[in-house]
Amino acid sequence: MQKVYTKIESIVGNVVTVRSEGVRYGDIAMVGDSFANVIKLDKDIVSLQVFAGGQGVSTTDPVKFLGRPMMVSFSDALLGRIFNGAGVPIDKGPELTGNMITIGGPSFNPAKRIIPKKMIRTGIPMIDMFNTLVESQKLPVFSVSGEPYNQLLARIALQAEVDVIILGGMGLKYDDYLEFRNTLEKGGAMSHTVMFVHTASDPTVECTLVPDMALAVAEQFALDGKRVLVLLTDMTNFANAQKEMAITMEQVPSNRGYPGDLYSCLASRYEKAVDIEGAGSITILGVTTMPGDDVTHPVPDNTGYITEGQYYLKGGRIEPFGSLSRLKQNVNSNTRDDHRALMDAMIKLYAAYKECMEKRSMGFLMTEWDEKLLKYGELFESRLMDLSVNIPLEEALDLGWEILAECFEPNETGLKTALIKERWPNKEAVE
Amino acid sequence: MDIVKGKVTGINGNLVNVGFTGSIRKNEVGYILVEGKRLKGEVIRVSNGSASMQIYEMTNGIKVGDDVEFTGELMSVELGPGLLTQVFDGLQNPLPKLAEKCGFFLERGVYLDPIPDKDWEFTPEVQPGDSVVAGDTIGTVPEGLFTHRIMVPFTLKGSWTVKSVKEKGTYNVRSTVAVLENSVGDTKELTMVFTQPIKEPVKCYAERLHPDEPLITKIRCIDTFLPVAKGGTFCVPGPFGAGKTVLQHLEAKNSEADVVIVAACGERAGEVVEILKEFPELEDPKTGRSLIERTIIICNTSSMPVAAREASCYTAVTLAEYYRQMGLDVLLLADSTSRWAQAMREMSGRLEEIPGEEAFPAYLDSTIAAFYERAGKVRLKDGSIASITIGGTVSPAGGNFEEPVTQATLKVVGAFHGLSRERSDSRKYPAIHPMESWSKYKGVVDMARVEEARAILIRSTEINQMMKVVGEEGTSSEDYIVYQKGELLDAVYLQQNSFDPVDAVSVPERQREEFEVLYDALMARYDISDKKEIRSFFNQLRQEFLDWHGTVYQTPEYYEQGKKVAESYKSRAAVKEA
Repeated sequence: MQKVYTKIESIVGNVVTVRSEGVRYGDIAMVGDSFANVIKLDKDIVSLQVFAGGQGVSTTDPVKFLGRPMMVSFSDALLGRIFNGAGVPIDKGPELTGNMITIGGPSFNPAKRIIPKKMIRTGIPMIDMFNTLVESQKLPVFSVSGEPYNQLLARIALQAEVDVIILGGMGLKYDDYLEFRNTLEKGGAMSHTVMFVHTASDPTVECTLVPDMALAVAEQFALDGKRVLVLLTDMTNFANAQKEMAITMEQVPSNRGYPGDLYSCLASRYEKAVDIEGAGSITILGVTTMPGDDVTHPVPDNTGYITEGQYYLKGGRIEPFGSLSRLKQNVNSNTRDDHRALMDAMIKLYAAYKECMEKRSMGFLMTEWDEKLLKYGELFESRLMDLSVNIPLEEALDLGWEILAECFEPNETGLKTALIKERWPNKEAVE
Repeated sequence: MDIVKGKVTGINGNLVNVGFTGSIRKNEVGYILVEGKRLKGEVIRVSNGSASMQIYEMTNGIKVGDDVEFTGELMSVELGPGLLTQVFDGLQNPLPKLAEKCGFFLERGVYLDPIPDKDWEFTPEVQPGDSVVAGDTIGTVPEGLFTHRIMVPFTLKGSWTVKSVKEKGTYNVRSTVAVLENSVGDTKELTMVFTQPIKEPVKCYAERLHPDEPLITKIRCIDTFLPVAKGGTFCVPGPFGAGKTVLQHLEAKNSEADVVIVAACGERAGEVVEILKEFPELEDPKTGRSLIERTIIICNTSSMPVAAREASCYTAVTLAEYYRQMGLDVLLLADSTSRWAQAMREMSGRLEEIPGEEAFPAYLDSTIAAFYERAGKVRLKDGSIASITIGGTVSPAGGNFEEPVTQATLKVVGAFHGLSRERSDSRKYPAIHPMESWSKYKGVVDMARVEEARAILIRSTEINQMMKVVGEEGTSSEDYIVYQKGELLDAVYLQQNSFDPVDAVSVPERQREEFEVLYDALMARYDISDKKEIRSFFNQLRQEFLDWHGTVYQTPEYYEQGKKVAESYKSRAAVKEA
């Protein structure tokens, strides 16, 4: 027997208030046809945030409290399904109501965490070789709008060896959503994918629920022993939705209009990435678009402090500078014995190439060494950095040696002699 | 005494308003009773007959009308033997024990005893009839490496007489070991454990002293150029990815402190895991015991409730003060104080206070100052010298040091180790900027000579800037040599390879010897005019130096390589300048 209230006292933005007693903080309610959650209680005045937005809400709309927090159904039946930010199916399939789990649950006990040690292979040399992705890592792709970051995510999703893929789309363009769906369907990955999609035209509040939904489901799969890859695109839209809601609630903004708790908001989502001893893991790959390519913008800045590195996507390539995987040293010592040394040497030479380019643009004379660097840089960019390159790590390492051999004498690479003797493609040059 | 009770009247985020009858104190602890659980909170404001509490847990599920119980106690921690080696959250909940009880996730409303239920070998130090005051030692127990003093609670006021004390023997940590009586006949039973409010500094010492003795970190760049003193304060601001946390871990590992307290405040859980898994296996060179035996970890990671993050720094410093009272040198490393300040900002926003710069509360400066002021070198009442050194990282938004937290911190610390993105990008670690950073403390080598070396570094940087415009060919040989000298100093002294087991740890004697040689090499005049020759000479010298760093101190190889370095520069040096 649920009581229905029909007197909404105020409607401001997405927030409505009614008078009611015995309501719990965080519970959800139905306002008209839309879900809403309790965001503030003051004596008998209950403030509700309406997921579908305040537009068109009437003061006489029925308000019904459901007496439970926001939940999402969890079972293997989720696989292959697509939902919106409120958890309602948008793929014409049946609604799921069994085994409801609470979203935004408590945080993982740090004492139960383990040091991540398993590499995730993606087939992209700039990731596998230079900034290895590690299971249970949280890593955003920093990018300006217009870069092919969604294609990159879709490709990693298809190629990564994981059990379950969960896509959380926030403020996605409808075209991008269709493209994601088609790519995953074509690649045969849809059967182990769950999508929570908020498109750009959907209500703002639903945008803020997407990561919580996606991660709550991911957590359950991981506890069941599955290796889960969560893709969150685009977290800047999520932050902007938080901003919009905070301003409506008349919170004091801190930096460029963003609420003071932006860091905590992002951290509580990203920190869900975990490797569970004796069970599965959650790896989070996000996208953070940088307005105006400004890495000091509050969203990428706060994200950088939270995540374990970042991939910096620029000009259609993952830049070796600025990109960083903080966990790569956990895994790249057990891949192949030349991995680390070759990685360092190639990056140092590429840095020298960049300097050389600068010198050239300023009109200084090019020496013989500079010419070698220029050749190296071009080969490096076209054969390894290009996003269309799709080869396993071992081939990428071999390719690295070939590029070096094409451009340099062995002693110019700064690599140890023993390693060169073992790996240099043209053996005669070594003798 | 009656328990003061109240009822919830409003909820906004982790701020809960409570109507109450009776008397309550500001900053006292209360519990909200919800769904059979007790959620801890602290009264942070009383207005219009209603108390505002910040709740240290998630507030979901609380409803208007829920019962509240006030305790009458300020937010406190428990102090007693058995704190070392432990991992606590910001409210001193032992995390491994919590995991045993609740599994993978942190369950709210579960509070466990921070002091392990254990028996200790107690040796009394007082006799019945002795007069004692707060902070005096009643007896001792051996805790790992240290003689742990069982003290009269720091909050006990007035002078007391020992009525009885237990004989030498093994007692449970919570059993009474002594009974005190004061002049009006009140008695007080003491166990090995007592509570201490976290926001009140402990002042049970004779006097505060000037921090004049360096705290050795075995990092060359710090000990020689930007020293930290025992009882001093320092801050490490830097953009993300510049290596703040790695630097703090190095300091936690290698510093010559007796006890190290690491407060991971609002940072990644993964970093705490590294300490947790790594420290038990590392050996403390001073004592030969495992490093974890001198370490306490306070861990309130970024996804844990924000209000408890605010408490975690105070919890850490209170534990530090407890061990200082035992005559020990304590190093407190807080990572990161920006997250702590942000927690204050969130609370301030919920209280609808008038915001200051970047929405931080107006009391940000004074709160930060008060926190760092709890560091210091003191003479205890028994004459022994003890200290707390506080080092805090700061995570400035956008890596810009002109923001409120960095500025408020710089005002109160004695040393500033600013990390630079430029240096970390070019893999120059530790990425402490040698010229922007400063220290007011005395280092391990002659400061006048350090200043001379720094002057060369500054000049070298200027020449480098100039060379970017006029090119190498437009630079005179003299200037080019100064530039190379600066590069040499940077490469062989300021940079240190923390992955190399030998180079990672440089003891002060070694720093003195190496700096002496380097100083001579820097001050010498070289009559070389060809730039290519200059470059190859300095490259050679650099290589010799780096090889020297690779040799184990005081082995024959060390002395031999040292000679080689000296020969290497002397071979080209002109008459030495007086």
